[in-house]
This record gives sequence, C-alpha cells and structure tokens, in this order.
Amino acid sequence: MPGPVDYLLWALTALCELSVLVCAFARHSFRRYLSLNIYMLGSLLVTILRFWMFLHYGYTSSRYFYFYYYSDALLTIGLYFGLIALYSYVLDELQAGKYVRVTATLLLAGTAAFSYMVVQQSTDRMLTRFVVELSQNLYFVGLILTYLLWGAILKLRETRTRIIHLVLSLGVYFSAFAANYALRNLYPSLHTILGYLPPIIAISLPLAWAHAFWRVPEDARLVPSRLAVVPR
Amino acid sequence: MMAAGIFVFSAAALLQFFISYCRSLIAASSKQVLSPEVKDVTGIHRIASGEDFKRVMQLLQLCPESPEDRTSVQAIGAYFSLLNFVRFTVARLFPSTRAWTESERGMCAYFAAVALERRISFSRDMLAQQMDS
Repeated sequence: MPGPVDYLLWALTALCELSVLVCAFARHSFRRYLSLNIYMLGSLLVTILRFWMFLHYGYTSSRYFYFYYYSDALLTIGLYFGLIALYSYVLDELQAGKYVRVTATLLLAGTAAFSYMVVQQSTDRMLTRFVVELSQNLYFVGLILTYLLWGAILKLRETRTRIIHLVLSLGVYFSAFAANYALRNLYPSLHTILGYLPPIIAISLPLAWAHAFWRVPEDARLVPSRLAVVPR
Repeated sequence: MMAAGIFVFSAAALLQFFISYCRSLIAASSKQVLSPEVKDVTGIHRIASGEDFKRVMQLLQLCPESPEDRTSVQAIGAYFSLLNFVRFTVARLFPSTRAWTESERGMCAYFAAVALERRISFSRDMLAQQMDS
C-alpha cells in the first residue's frame, strides 16, 4: 500500500512534468522541441491517469498493473522518438534526418522482435510479458543511442547549451533505468527495495528539462569538449 | 551474465552522463563574475577552493530557496560528494586524479557562490515586491 512518500513523489512528478510544459511555453520553445513536449504532456496524462486508476481500483489490482506496464511501454516508445528528434537537431547540418528516422524505426522493430523472441516461450500473459520486456529493452537501446548522440555532440562540436543539457539529462535517465532493471534481473529478491527507485529516477528528467527550458537561453553556447570526463 | 554486463555498462554510462551534466551546469556559471558583496561574504576573491564549498552551501541554506536553481544546487551537491569520495579513494593512488578533483571541487564552490548571488537578488526582489504591495 503506498504511503505518504509515494503520494508526495506522485504529486511532485506531476508538478515537474507540468512545469516542463509551462517553462517551454513561457520561453517560446514549445514548438521548437515539439516531440519532447508531446512526450512530457503524455507523461503528465499518464501520471494523472495512474493516480485515478489507483484511487478507483487499488494499488494491487490487475487493472492498475496492466495500465502501469502498458502505459510505461508507450511512454518509453514516445521518449525513444523524442531522442530521435534530438538526433535530428544535432545532425541537422548534415541533412541526415531521413536516415536517422529510417534507422530508428528499424531499430525499434528489431527491439520489438527481440523482445518477442525472449517471451515467446511463455504460455500465460504473453502480451503483458512482451510489453514489460520491450520496455526494459528500449531503456537499454535508448541508453546506447543517447551515448552515441553524446559522442556525435563531442565530435561535431555542438555548442547549443540547451540541447547538451537535454541530451545529458536523457542519458542519466536512460542509464539509471537500465541499471535498475539489470539489478532487478540480477537480484530478484531486491525487488521491493529497487521498486522505490523508478519514481525517484522518473522525477529527474522533468526537473532537468524544466531547468533547461527555464534557465538556459536558446542562444546560450558552451564548449562540449570541456564537459567530457576524459579531456579531449 | 547478460544482466551483469548491462548493469556494468549502464552504471558506467550513468556516471559519465552525470559528471558531464554537472560540468555543463558548472560551465554555465563559471562565466559569471561575483559581486564584491558576495566575494566578501564567501571569502572567494580570486579562485575558489573545495574547502569553500561547505561554508558557501551553509550560507546558501540561509537564503530563501528560489525554485529555479533547486535542481542544479542538489545535483552539484551530489557531484561534490562524489568528488570527495574519489579524493579519498582513487586519488590516493593516482596523483593526477587528485589535481583534477581539487580543481573540480573549487569549481563546485564557485557554482555555489554564483547560486548564492542569485538567491540574494531573488530575496531582494521578493522583499521589494512585498514593500510595494
């Protein structure tokens, strides 16, 4: 049964997601980063709907369970496309947008096929297992793609501070989720303790994005090579 | 085995992204010049050192929080703790890492001083608004 901390995290998540949309709108960046904002709007709706489901059907109900995992998979796909949009911004000058979209769609299809192969032996609740597996795999694929994008930013000397902030915070989000899922698979007995991590990780992304939209002007620039852990 | 590999890769990537993110926050504030008032209060006149961080953070906590910088201050606080951990472990074995952690800790202190400057002006604005109303 959720306690006061869970309610607080729920309210904070919704508030942070809303603040991303408000900050983007106030700074006239809503249309410029449309796919990221659409994802955040979807995320806000899902947070509200999850709370509604919880109030009506309870935390342990199958309806809440199904809604949680299906909406999580849809949101991960949404964020995956948000990441692809970030690729388009960074590779804009190379006019590689079409290739990025085709590769991303193929990669998504490949991840779905791999997830299906993993769960095809299961006889019961195969679709749900597939959705959970797809979501986990997409977090890892998202992490790899963000890592490659960060490499491209360093290589192409991308200087737009806001894009750098958006990409790095996305990298933190994907890698934290991927590490959390990997730990859960390694130590299933830690499921209860590790279960507290996703809501905390989930807050980090809207917080960082709200900061990027509100505090970092669109024309702000920085030298990305100074940010690399290993000096270049 | 595969889960262990994924975990190691994800944890390494998490660390790298987190450090780069914190450094991007610090880089944005490093260009700002501190006012003489904040220089006097913090004792940072030319170059900040890691030893200043704790004191500046205490001063920062005395000021009313501005919602805009809460995330970044918390992130830099976590980064500073990470640097302290590296300083007392890895840096003892590798002297070059020690110089790097010292420089990073100093930059964290400077970031905190810039945040303090922002909070002071935020408090002044709030007070001015209250006086007007």
